[in-house]
Formats: sequence, structure tokens, C-alpha cells
Amino acid sequence: MTQYMMSVYDAEGVQDLPEDQIAKIYADVDAFNQELMAAGKWVFGGGLHPAETATVVDMSGEEITITDGPYAETKEHVGGFWIIEAADLDEALDWAGKATRACQGAVEVRPFQDEPQT
Amino acid sequence: MPGVELDVVDEVFRSEAGKAVATLIRLFGDIDIAEEAVQDAFVVATKRWPDEGLPPNPAGWIVTTARNRAIDELRRESGREDRHVRAFELQIQSEPDPVEGPVIDDRLRLIFTCCHPALEPSARVALTLRLLGGLQTGEIARAFLTSESAMAQRLVRAKRKIKAANIPYRVPRDADLPDRLGSVLTVVYLIYNEGYAASTGDELVRSDLCGEAIRLARLLRAMMPDEPEVIGLLALLLLTESRRAARTDGAGSLVMLSDQDRDLWDRELIDEGQTLVRASLRRNRPGPFQVQAAIAAVHSDAADAGDTDWRQIVLLYDRLLTLSPTPVVALNRAVAVAELEGPSQALALLEDLRLDRYHLYHATRAELLRRMGDIEGADLAYERAISMTGNEVERRFLEQRRVAPT
Repeated sequence: MTQYMMSVYDAEGVQDLPEDQIAKIYADVDAFNQELMAAGKWVFGGGLHPAETATVVDMSGEEITITDGPYAETKEHVGGFWIIEAADLDEALDWAGKATRACQGAVEVRPFQDEPQT
Repeated sequence: MPGVELDVVDEVFRSEAGKAVATLIRLFGDIDIAEEAVQDAFVVATKRWPDEGLPPNPAGWIVTTARNRAIDELRRESGREDRHVRAFELQIQSEPDPVEGPVIDDRLRLIFTCCHPALEPSARVALTLRLLGGLQTGEIARAFLTSESAMAQRLVRAKRKIKAANIPYRVPRDADLPDRLGSVLTVVYLIYNEGYAASTGDELVRSDLCGEAIRLARLLRAMMPDEPEVIGLLALLLLTESRRAARTDGAGSLVMLSDQDRDLWDRELIDEGQTLVRASLRRNRPGPFQVQAAIAAVHSDAADAGDTDWRQIVLLYDRLLTLSPTPVVALNRAVAVAELEGPSQALALLEDLRLDRYHLYHATRAELLRRMGDIEGADLAYERAISMTGNEVERRFLEQRRVAPT
């Protein structure tokens, strides 16, 4: 078993969709979440507020700085994510296929590092 | 006991390394361990076989030696009592003799891993050549005219992703098979194509890559005998290969299909290819490789260029266009239309294609314009084609066509 993070990328302005479309996305994502849980693959997941609500805390300089706004200077930001358990990448890609259909955004699949052996 | 020459060891390496690596990857679940152990086993073979002679079963000897080496290595790394090592040993002891039976499936599993769509396309090609073809990193780098360090990096990155992302080592389930098999066949086709029409460099054909691609296609055919597209790919490669000797002249210049000396075509390959085409079409599940092979088969049927059944070829291109509606297929169809209906009809078909960056688009336009007597237009089109090709032989060919009398 490997854990994967499935991140959804929103292009800016996706919040401006008509209400009925947004409602459909919510319903589809909810159904997808139920399916993940029923299959025992769900670890964690959730949607995020828009990137403008982000705050960056950084200690790469001499001291900690706090800055308003997202870290990456790009138009696409993570809008939400799931963490799932899957047997291998093929299974994770299957789930990602269902995820992108439900949330109507591109989904990036990335494996977690193994936990250090104790 | 009679000793053997070193090139016998090389030969065994060429034919058995892929099999051995595939088996070791199944046993140890790790590509690097498998590769290293198989390399080590061949180093031992290189030392022993020249004096002691071949063991009764060289392939089995390699796998046994490699797996013992791998276990030793794991022990050394993790201490004698490590339970993982013991688990490996138990699993491996229950393995049947490694030579017969499941070995073929190991290579099939491995090629699906190497050609996984989550890997970058050029990495799929390199991994396949390295793990299944047993080519050294330097050889692959030379074949693709890149530096050994760049190629090594590409391979390391791909192997790291396979491990970290847990790309599985198995034949995909039926629902995914058509897509995933498509990726495998494309990789084999790309290997052949890079060998046949090298995109850069001063040699037209790099025959080692062609030979490797045919070997891989034969392997796939042996492992998946009922897949019509596998048969189609092998047929296409054999029929293309059959013309190799006629494709360049004594000076190494390119000879067009219509001008080729058909006595130089390899009848044996043609017969095999045509038999395969018939076998695949009987299954009635057409796909792009089968149709391309059928087109090649029609060409091989013609005793000389004037005999070619262009009507049949245009029909097959129509079929191909519905199966893979790409501008390059449309371009090739237009070339066939030119033979059947004349250059102006073909030129009209070219106008709608978005292939401005493809040198053969301009070469085709040039050829059609030339046939229509538009020397100036042809000259411009040749110039664009010439400026776009990186292959020295193709460039020379186009330059000759440009000044040839009409």
C-alpha cells in the first residue's frame, strides 16, 4: 500500500461558475468522497478557501517573516486535496480519474514517502 | 571441457539479460538490485566460461547466479538477521526452475512497467531498451545522440519514479489493456523508427535499433499471440525492414520507394510480413498498426512501382484516417491520392493540414508542385523542407530533388 496525495488545481476565476454548476460539482465530489470511504481508501481530504486567503510564514532569512497571499507566483493554486491509500499507482490513477470527473479540475497524483522504519 | 569465446558470452547476454532482469525484478521488487545482480552474474560468466565452457543451461545459470548475488548483497546491506532478507530467501526457494514457464510473463509484466503512461515518453523508450533489450546506457545514448550522462540521468529519474510512485509490475487488467498495450506498441515502433529514419545524424539507418525493435515485437507476439495489433506491428516492421537494402544507394543516398530496385527487397521478410497481415485481418479487430502493415503489404505485392494498387492503398488510408485521424496520416493519404488522381487533387488536400513545422509536409508539397510544373513554388517548398530536417541523408536527398530536371 502506498499513500498518495491527489491535489486539485483551480485556475483563477473558477469560483465564478454559475451556481447550478457549482452545486453539481459539490454533489459529485460528495458522492466521490463516499465512494472512497466505502472502499476503505480515504485517509483525509478537503477543499480550501481561495489562495488569496493564504499567509506565508518563512524563516529562510535571518528571522521569520509573515506575508499575505500564496507562496507560488502562479495563476493555478491547489484548491483542495485528498490523501488516499492505494495498492499501486494504477489504482491511484483510477481514483484520480474519478476525482477529476467529479471536481472538474486537473488532479495531480503524488506519492508520499514511506514512513521511517522504527 | 571446451572453453568458449568471449563473444559467446556477449551473445548469451544479448538474448538472456532481459529475461534475467525481468525475473529478478519479480523476485526482489527492485529494478536496481535486479540490474546490478544480473550484471554481476555476467561478469562472473565472462571470467569462467572462456575456460570452463558454457554451463548446460546458460540462462538458468545466469538467473541462479544473479539471485544468489542479490541475496548476498541484501544480507551485506541489512545484517544477517533481517527478516526481509529471510522472507526473500523463503520466497525464492519455493520458486520453480527459473528457465521455463513464468519467465515469459516476467518480461511481459516488465514491458508494461517500462511503457507506463505515467513515465515521460523518451524515458519509456530508454527504459525498454535498457531493461528488456539489455543495452548499456552508453549504447542507448549513442543511438539517440545524447550524452551518456544525460541518458543515465533520464533512466535514474524514471526508475526513481517507478519505485516512489509504486508503478506496478504486472500486465494491466482487460479494461486498461487496449490503451496500455497501445503505449507499449508505440514505444517499440518509436525504437524502430529512430533506427530507420534517424531524426538526426549523418547515417540514415541505425540498424541496431531496428533489430532491437523487431526482437521486441517478436517477443510481444510470442507473449500475446492473440492481439491483432501486436501482429500488425510485427508485420509492419518486417515489411518496412524488407526494403532496407533498396532504400539507400551505393553512395548512401536515399532512394524513393518508386525508384527502388525491388530485386533487393527481402522476399523472406515480405512473406513473413504478408502472412502476419492476413492473420491479423482475419481477426476482424482492425487497428492502426494492422492497417499500416496492410498498406506496406500492398506495396510489396507490386512487381514494380507502376504495378502498385493505389486504389487499394487510398482505401486503406481512408480506414487508417478513421482509426487515427492525424494530419500525418492525412498527408500520407494525399501522397497516395496523387498517384491515383494526380498532383493537383493531392495538393488541394494538403492545404487544410496544419503541418507547417513538419519537414515532410513541405517535401511533399515541393514534389507535387514540381510534378505540376510550378518550379518556383517547388523550389521554395524544398528550401523550407531542407531547413527543417536534421538528418544529413534526407537533406542531401532533398537538395538533389530540388535541382533534378522534371
